[in-house]
Amino acid sequence: MSVQGNSILTVNNIEVIYNRVILVLKGVSLDVPEGKIVALLGANGAGKTTTLKAVSNLLRAERGDVTKGSIEFRGKRVDKMTPPELVKQGVVQVMEGRRCFSHLTVEENLLTGAYTRKVGRAEIKRDLERVYAYFLPLKQRRNSQAGYTSGGEQQMMAIGRALMAQPAMILLDEPSMGLAPQLVEEIFEIVRDLNQKEKVSFLLAEQNTNVALRFADFGYILENGRVVMDGKAADLAANEDVKEFYLGISSGARKSFRDAKHYRRRKRWLA
Amino acid sequence: MIYRETGQYKSNYGADEQIFPIRQDRIGVMIILALAYLVVPFIGNDYWFSAILIPFLVLSLAAIGLNLLTGYAGQLSLGSAGFMAVGAFAAYNFMLRIEGMPFLLGFILAGLSAAAVGIVFGLPSLRVKGFYLAAATLASQFFIEWVLTKFPWFTNYSASGVITAQKMVLFGYAFDTPVSRYVLTLVIVTLLALVAKNLVRTRTGRDWMAIRDMDVAAEVIGIPMLKTKLLAFAISSFYLGVAGALWAYCYLGTVEPQAFELTRSFQLLFIIIIGGMGTIVGAFFGAAFIVFFPIFLNLFTSTVFAGQLDPGMLSHLEQFVFGSLIIFFLIVEPLGLARLWQLGKQKLRLWPFPH
Amino acid sequence: MLFFIEVLIGGLLAGVMYSLVALGFVLIYKASGVLNFAQGSMVLFAALSFVSILAMGVPFWLALLLTLAIMVLLGVVIEKVVLRPLVNQPQITLFMATIGLSILIEALGQMIWGSQVHGLDLGINDIPFNFYGVFISQFDLFAAGCAAVLVAGLSLFFHKTKIGRALRAVADDHQAAMSVGIPLKHVWTVVWAAAGFVALVAGLLWGSRLGVQFALTLVVLKALPVLILGGFTSVPGAIVGGLIIGATEKLAEVFIGPYFGGGIENWFPYALALVFLLIRPDGLFGEKHIERV
Ligand SMILES: Nc1ncnc2c1ncn2[C@@H]1O[C@H](COP(=O)(O)OP(=O)(O)OP(=O)(O)O)[C@@H](O)[C@H]1O
Ligand SMILES: [Mg+2]
Repeated sequence: MSVQGNSILTVNNIEVIYNRVILVLKGVSLDVPEGKIVALLGANGAGKTTTLKAVSNLLRAERGDVTKGSIEFRGKRVDKMTPPELVKQGVVQVMEGRRCFSHLTVEENLLTGAYTRKVGRAEIKRDLERVYAYFLPLKQRRNSQAGYTSGGEQQMMAIGRALMAQPAMILLDEPSMGLAPQLVEEIFEIVRDLNQKEKVSFLLAEQNTNVALRFADFGYILENGRVVMDGKAADLAANEDVKEFYLGISSGARKSFRDAKHYRRRKRWLA
Repeated sequence: MIYRETGQYKSNYGADEQIFPIRQDRIGVMIILALAYLVVPFIGNDYWFSAILIPFLVLSLAAIGLNLLTGYAGQLSLGSAGFMAVGAFAAYNFMLRIEGMPFLLGFILAGLSAAAVGIVFGLPSLRVKGFYLAAATLASQFFIEWVLTKFPWFTNYSASGVITAQKMVLFGYAFDTPVSRYVLTLVIVTLLALVAKNLVRTRTGRDWMAIRDMDVAAEVIGIPMLKTKLLAFAISSFYLGVAGALWAYCYLGTVEPQAFELTRSFQLLFIIIIGGMGTIVGAFFGAAFIVFFPIFLNLFTSTVFAGQLDPGMLSHLEQFVFGSLIIFFLIVEPLGLARLWQLGKQKLRLWPFPH
Repeated sequence: MLFFIEVLIGGLLAGVMYSLVALGFVLIYKASGVLNFAQGSMVLFAALSFVSILAMGVPFWLALLLTLAIMVLLGVVIEKVVLRPLVNQPQITLFMATIGLSILIEALGQMIWGSQVHGLDLGINDIPFNFYGVFISQFDLFAAGCAAVLVAGLSLFFHKTKIGRALRAVADDHQAAMSVGIPLKHVWTVVWAAAGFVALVAGLLWGSRLGVQFALTLVVLKALPVLILGGFTSVPGAIVGGLIIGATEKLAEVFIGPYFGGGIENWFPYALALVFLLIRPDGLFGEKHIERV
């Protein structure tokens, strides 16, 4: 497959079942190299969120179970850890739909992110300022109730909150959801910034294939709970099938039904 | 391979919109109904009819009523026994004060009275949600209890407040044996259950569910909040009212406010939770559990601990086990027995494959 | 007029007693969205344990400590055994679980400590003293003092401590709280232990008022209108709500009740609370439910 050696997160052939009957992931493997951004792409219901939750172990609260395979973070098995333990290890998930604490102020929201850290006030204060430096709009609204802030601000708050835990890796679920293209671009810029300056690795679930592939280093494409394609982001973006089916760009040549069949055949073979 | 819908093609809309679209389900329902109507009346004894089957059926009906409101329309109510009381007393007073009123008509009027009261107490639901509403529905419970005990007109100035229910006579036939009352209850419950099962698939039922899932959003897409919520209260109370009348006339034989206290409201809630919220079969599962379980428990403790524990301790022990079991149930299957039933069917459909 | 004031003050102080029970609810509701119907049983359990331990000849303060330990333990066990497995279930399921719990705790208390009625004497002089011609119960004043201290403490706890903040975060969205590494177990354990403590205070005060008996569990039904009025999530609301309910209930009972042949205290607080609700659907002080479509 791809890069070995210095990977920060490895997911080995996991299977996830909800409610003991609904099989959602059918053997997903992926690999996040240290300090990179990896995009997890796929249509609605492909299993992106499920994969992220399997890693962060938020699955169990939804009656989901990882029934096969293993998950390693820095070479250590983490599949049996609780979410707080994982956060302490340095893996934080930013959940789909932002999920801010609506009755807390923006600043209180950010502070909850530092819950697992046993450090003094001064250091927390310093981190807070650092987060504000990345997300300028938050600073102005630090004392307003989070429930009344805009979607973009909430997304920033969610990422900022995760950042307060000083993670080595962030699992970011659909940051573009419901945001204007301009704002999506902005958020992704910040993600890239964080990746480069703070050395945070990202595993990023996205529907917006176009943007995601532009900012990511590697990509995986998920369909029906299986990885059907993977590779360098640039390669994927150049791939004819991806272009056609995920980016909506036809390669100029006339499309015929045979091409679609070619992709399907290839998909089956890969799966 | 038994439970599989393959090969059952629907060739017209009628077939696709049946209450029980899958043939096996249809056959199952037929068998149960046949048993209930054709076999049970001949093999059951009086104890079974009057101590088990009638209360089971009436509680199921009441639970369906509550489920329409709470499980489908999402309005948590802690005052359902109050509406049962309204039904029981309405039936009594209509039959008492109107000469020659047929009892079935009395039951219908009981339902309608309860519905009217339900609408009044449903009004706060337009402003108030969740537990605020639930706690507010307690007001209806206490208020109704208070009215029925404070104003002797309702009990026809009976000294004890406990009144003997009038005889139920239809075309000269008196329902005075347990088996006849069982059949009467069964007919009413079957009928109303089918109506409910059908109702929740209609526009009304879908509007209820939309309101349950998010009422602001439902209103935004044009579901009239006022009408939908009040309709839920009205229909639910109608069911509860009829159930209250049945409870008084077919089960107790007396009409008394004490039969409809807060504990009864909680009992109904337990039934729909254990049975499964937002399902009609669930009401039957839950009621069966609530009726049978104490009997088993009593049988069990009195044989195992016979003579070793004093009766007070024994009843505390039973209470303890009952409480634990409810919690256990909620933990193991929070969606209720109906969900287990559905999962079972789902498994059966895939059988012999696990997924 | 003097009589009116006396009734009013009596009502206000009685209201404080309602607030004490309501506080226990608020704590748990705020942190876990659970409307803990078993709070009343916990009050009974606390009082029952205390008098029974006292009856064994254990000195007052030691008995108090032991009961506190028992209540904290009870809270912790409830959280672990009952609520933890029900994480992420709808509120109504959790509510039903606590009704089951109340049945269980009542039975348990009476199995362990017996079911006879006990008296409880806290050694507070209950002779009313004369304040410019108005008679005020010393005991009630003492109860009000306890409540005030309790509330001040709880408010500080919620707003000024890290765990208090975590607790409010959990109250808003427990999955999200989990995702940032707040251990729900920990937070909930703290809350239930605190609720056990509040139940103990309420149990002692109510127990010495009514005698320690089964009827103590019914204080829940008194606390609910207070909660509707004050909001399920507000500590100050529980207090103000209690005061309003206590005062109007007494006034109504004395001045309006006779016209209806009495007995209105069961539903009157609810009706009152409902009227308030129609004006403010989240209670007087309840956190506004932020709803966006
Ligand atoms: N709690 C659950 N119980 C049962 N099934 C679930 C649960 N959560 C998700 N699923 C199912 O798992 C499948 C994958 O869902 P998932 O949320 O992982 O998709 P996704 O790729 O994140 O989609 P989207 O882009 O819409 O967020 C879906 O078919 C969904 O119905
Ligand atoms: Mg998703």
